Amino acid sequence: MAETKSILLAGVGGQGAILISRILTKALVDAGYDVKQCEDHGMAQRGGSVTTQVRFGDKVYAPVFGKGQADIMIALEKMEAVRCASFMKPEGIVVINDYRQDSSLTASGLAEYPEGCVEAMQDKFHTITVKGEEIAAELGNSKCMNVVTFGAACDALGIDGIDWESVIGEVVPEKLRELNIAALRAGREAACRNW
Amino acid sequence: MKHLMSGNEAIARGIYEAGIKVASAYPGTPSTEILENAVRYKDDVYCEWAPNEKVALEVAYGASVAGSRSICTMKLVGVNVAADPMFTAAYNGVNGGFVIVSADDPGFHSSQNEQDNRNYARHAKMALIEPADSQECKDFVRYACEISEQFDVLALFRTTTRINHSKSLVEFGERVQYEAKPYEKNDKKFVCVPAYAREHHRKLEKNLEALAEWGSTCPLNRVEMAGTKVGVISSGVSYQHAKEAFPDDTSFLKLGLTYPIPEKLVRDFASKVDKLYVIEELDPFLEKEIKALGIECEGKALTGLLEELNPSLVAERVLGNPYPTVEVNVKPVGRPPALCPGCPHRGFFYTVSGKKDYIISGDIGCYGLGSSAPLSAIDCVTCMGSSFSMAHGMSKSFEMEGTTVGKKILGILGDSTFFHSGMTGASNIIFNKGNVVPVILDNSITAMTGHQDNPSTGYTLQGETTYSVKIEEVMKALGYKNVIICDPLDLAAMQQAIDDAFASEEASCIITRRPCVLLKRVKHEKAVCRVDADSCRSCRKCLKVGCPAISIRDGKAVIDENQCTGCTVCAQVCPFKAIGKEAR
Repeated sequence: MAETKSILLAGVGGQGAILISRILTKALVDAGYDVKQCEDHGMAQRGGSVTTQVRFGDKVYAPVFGKGQADIMIALEKMEAVRCASFMKPEGIVVINDYRQDSSLTASGLAEYPEGCVEAMQDKFHTITVKGEEIAAELGNSKCMNVVTFGAACDALGIDGIDWESVIGEVVPEKLRELNIAALRAGREAACRNW
Repeated sequence: MKHLMSGNEAIARGIYEAGIKVASAYPGTPSTEILENAVRYKDDVYCEWAPNEKVALEVAYGASVAGSRSICTMKLVGVNVAADPMFTAAYNGVNGGFVIVSADDPGFHSSQNEQDNRNYARHAKMALIEPADSQECKDFVRYACEISEQFDVLALFRTTTRINHSKSLVEFGERVQYEAKPYEKNDKKFVCVPAYAREHHRKLEKNLEALAEWGSTCPLNRVEMAGTKVGVISSGVSYQHAKEAFPDDTSFLKLGLTYPIPEKLVRDFASKVDKLYVIEELDPFLEKEIKALGIECEGKALTGLLEELNPSLVAERVLGNPYPTVEVNVKPVGRPPALCPGCPHRGFFYTVSGKKDYIISGDIGCYGLGSSAPLSAIDCVTCMGSSFSMAHGMSKSFEMEGTTVGKKILGILGDSTFFHSGMTGASNIIFNKGNVVPVILDNSITAMTGHQDNPSTGYTLQGETTYSVKIEEVMKALGYKNVIICDPLDLAAMQQAIDDAFASEEASCIITRRPCVLLKRVKHEKAVCRVDADSCRSCRKCLKVGCPAISIRDGKAVIDENQCTGCTVCAQVCPFKAIGKEAR
């Protein structure tokens, strides 16, 4: 019996964690798993920290997990990775977009953005880092850094036999298909260099 | 085929399948998406946004009295607004099945308190139905209608954020063809004068007794026997957490109909296990009911009264078996939600921020974010529509205390909140000769909950155009002779509007008017602000506008072009004209 696996997507409202979770859950449901997913709405979307959780297995109970339960984290922003570290199993895998997005506190100078977020995670977890924004900008649209980061994570999920490119093709609108598939490929390649 | 659906999408499907014909709601997280999805079935289900939850409940109840199955949906605090008709409707009973969805928010994801609305079921004497996943969200709507009709009670359909906003697999069914009985006047049942109401109360208590009896064999409650050492009684999402955290040989009594408590079923289950736990979030609702039956059990002493649970917390607090975690050596800085880049409210808040003579009585909506640093511009926020009335009360206090001098009191709320419950406060200020300036921050939409229409936007939930109520006409009719309308992103005009309002001899109010920057039906100017690094003297004044797109890097202001919309509030405050606007 396949145990429940837990994926944590961490980022900032507006970064597109929801798109990644749609790609993930579409693939998992099509592959026949029991799937549960939980996302933040409302207040938290306004530039706040957001997390989305995806769980799959033969039978999933809780739609949301707590500390020490995540098998893999996909962080779209590096300080958000640190914020969510306590959700990780000690043997869990962390994929980080090495990208800084200031919070209203750090932007207004009321607090300092912490140094060494990526290193702190590398120190404690098996960590894959990807320069998502740089890669996305090279592809012509830095907003697709979410899919670049997902590309870096998809081979570490431990799910075989999923054609991620065709899943993306089904999830994103036609005009963004090519860009997002290129983003997935670029992220995947970057992760290969990173292992 | 199974569909991955959120609880809210599943409730919407349940509304369709249950044969419900009328649905009314006021938007509020985490309930909003129920009607946004139910409207897909608008050929079969009439759906509307009401101006507030009381109206929504009354509309749906009216439909029930007329004979249809009906539903109203709201967030936890919305039930407070709707409580007046709810308590009496519970006495009167129903004609068509009547369901009230209360979407509770343990953990304060998007709410001002975490009241446990299961208590309303006991207080108002209603059937309490708690789904534990999306499949049950869908299926239980139909049961709720049937219970309401069979036992002549209101059905309180109580969810929590993790039920509303989590997705799980759902199998669809067919729509029930519910035929409304022909309407017949029945004033003895539906008029609440004391002579009739006494009988209503007597009948209601009997109906609840019968429902409690039925609850012990009903399909919403089930026993999962696995062992006799440990048993757990639970409902809603807490059941899922407990199911995951407890060992496999734990037996469960999983309740879907939690009030009135199914006494026989609980006694029978309790007698079969050596040790009984009750796992629930927030108040000891089930625990107290079960203890009142004289049954020993443990619950809140372990799980606590605050916030939401998860499997990890249940393992730690109840089983004393925390899952291992790792600490990292960097401390993250807070990332509170903020007004979006380009938000029209920023112009108003910057204008009043840091000025000691202004007292700002705030309200519920995106503009609550004006209280966050660095704007820190709000003195108090309590509930929907409270801003005008609280501002009035403050001014009366200052008058009585003799401390009015040097205080300019503004009550602020948005267009949707104005129609929700702001108009009554605005009329009170005129009626009782108040000395405050009401400000309506009109961004042409109910924004915080994700853009729902309201009486001023000109569209209905079903997508039809409709009359757009003009806020300025309402204010004029209430007695505000001096209605000042301004663009809040023009800081000079914004300041002038406030000065004029306080200088005027006539009753004055301000309407700041500019659509939400995220509103799709409006064509927004495509522009971006850029900093000329040579002109920037690092004075950091632009940081005071609290825009997430501006920060200081290497001593100079920089604007994140991914986020900037070119609203120019930062450019207007820059003393060195170092920020310019360019077309995209």
